[in-house]
Amino acid sequence: MNSGLDLENSLNEFLKGFGLSSELAHIIWLPLPMLLVLVSAVVGVLVTVWLERKISAAAQQRIGPEYAGALGVLQPIADGLKLLVKEDIIPAKADSILFTAGPILVLVPVILSWLIVPFGQNLLISNVGIGIFLWIALSSIQPIGLLMSGYASNNKYSLLGGLRAAAQSISYEIPLALSVLAIVLMTNSLSTVDIVNQQSGAGILSWNIWRQPVGFIIFWICALAECERLPFDLPEAEEELVAGYQTEYAGMKFALFYLGSYINLILSALLVSILYLGGWGFPIPVEIIAKVLNLPIDAPVIQVFTASIGIIMTVLKAYLLVFVAILLRWTTPRVRIDQLLDLGWKFLLPISLANLLVTAGLKLALPQFFGG
Amino acid sequence: MSIAVTTQIICFSVLSLVVIIGALGVILLENIVYSAFLLGGVFMSVAGLYLLLNASFVAAAQVLVYVGAVNVLIIFAIMLVNKKEDLRPIANIKSRRIISTSICLTLLSLLIRVDLSNTWGLAEPNASIGEESTIRIGEHLFSDYLLPFEVASVLLLMAMIGAIVLARRDVMNKDIATGLPVDQELIEKPNEPLLIKKN
Repeated sequence: MNSGLDLENSLNEFLKGFGLSSELAHIIWLPLPMLLVLVSAVVGVLVTVWLERKISAAAQQRIGPEYAGALGVLQPIADGLKLLVKEDIIPAKADSILFTAGPILVLVPVILSWLIVPFGQNLLISNVGIGIFLWIALSSIQPIGLLMSGYASNNKYSLLGGLRAAAQSISYEIPLALSVLAIVLMTNSLSTVDIVNQQSGAGILSWNIWRQPVGFIIFWICALAECERLPFDLPEAEEELVAGYQTEYAGMKFALFYLGSYINLILSALLVSILYLGGWGFPIPVEIIAKVLNLPIDAPVIQVFTASIGIIMTVLKAYLLVFVAILLRWTTPRVRIDQLLDLGWKFLLPISLANLLVTAGLKLALPQFFGG
Repeated sequence: MSIAVTTQIICFSVLSLVVIIGALGVILLENIVYSAFLLGGVFMSVAGLYLLLNASFVAAAQVLVYVGAVNVLIIFAIMLVNKKEDLRPIANIKSRRIISTSICLTLLSLLIRVDLSNTWGLAEPNASIGEESTIRIGEHLFSDYLLPFEVASVLLLMAMIGAIVLARRDVMNKDIATGLPVDQELIEKPNEPLLIKKN
């Protein structure tokens, strides 16, 4: 496997040229990828909010945002600025410490999970060995933040919303983890980079979606439920619970919830594309393109081409999934809480267990197709 | 001192401070909800300590099991049981507190003794396996630790069946001690059909 572009080494060499020690160069390097990923996550949220507004408008035969920038592209920034300057209200009888800590606990694990999202062979913050398991562990912290803000608001709708969010998140985490486990079984590794590399053999034909169609559907349903998107947005069902756990929130604290839910949506879409749709892989393998162009695979042109294609493909696949999620939100009705729990425990859990068993059996029977 | 070592020392002192203060808060605070949330913080810091020891798989498992499952369920249970009830004052609370404190201090001294008498550190330097540990844990679980692993799962199954029996009101409808039927009213209001007029 080629190493691809190594920006870290080149920057370190460049800084050493100014007479800095290698440790200092490393410290200067460290925050750069984190900042880049944070900025791209926030920009991704702005794009998604705009898409949500425009697509919902189209679904309801309206025009949507129109005046802020061309086609209203600046509308999400205007929304963000409005939330930034709004008064930050803490209700008189609320528990102010927990009330403030809740949104932070919701947002931080989501942002931390971006650690493992690869945009190319070396284009990720850290290729940690436990990779995808880190994301599953981090996403299990979120319900604590939701329960905290639900309890601290001192409002029965908030408390009910927080409890619903926690129940939903606990129930859907299990099928989610089991469908990820089937992928890990095929890859023999938890690392996201290995998971993508394992799918890069024959372009679009080697993507996991063909080998794990059931797992793909289970993962997508569970990811939507974890993001609290319609048809699973019970924690904030307006008709029953006003706005669930965010009822009492205003200003920047509300913006944290809003940001967290959209970052989580993009993260889930990215992870679906990494686990099932070949990640940064182009439908036609880059090796074949290089052969047709008669260039060696490690030529600088091909390297830059591979890196940019990788980023474009990852983002494109993720936004296709975001588009599907938005369409689903504006075209499907909400399920009831008993239907939601029935679906999770009585349908998705047995099916994901069976999927795991079948994958293990196929791995033993056909090791060349299911990773020996 | 290199930058990596300094970072480790700072992380270690912060994490251990959070563990100690958080654990004290769990037992000393009056508000049980604060105790439950602090318990989550303690679990997180312990996971951080595992990370410092290069055991990233154990750290993630700690977060997933203790924070994501155990602590969430504890908080869940606290919030569902919102019965306001004045607890009876316990007789001779002072002597009970003294006894429990002395037991805890004995346990602590035992732990300190173990810590001082044991030689910590790896048998050979650079023997840490780091990222490989996930594979090693799996191998051990399915070879020499297979029996404890399976016994633990049987224990969990027993606990689950017990919980189901307790929660099924048609099975446990008699008080074991007195033999009288137990009050089986749900805590919330029973459902009333809204559209049917009662005469």
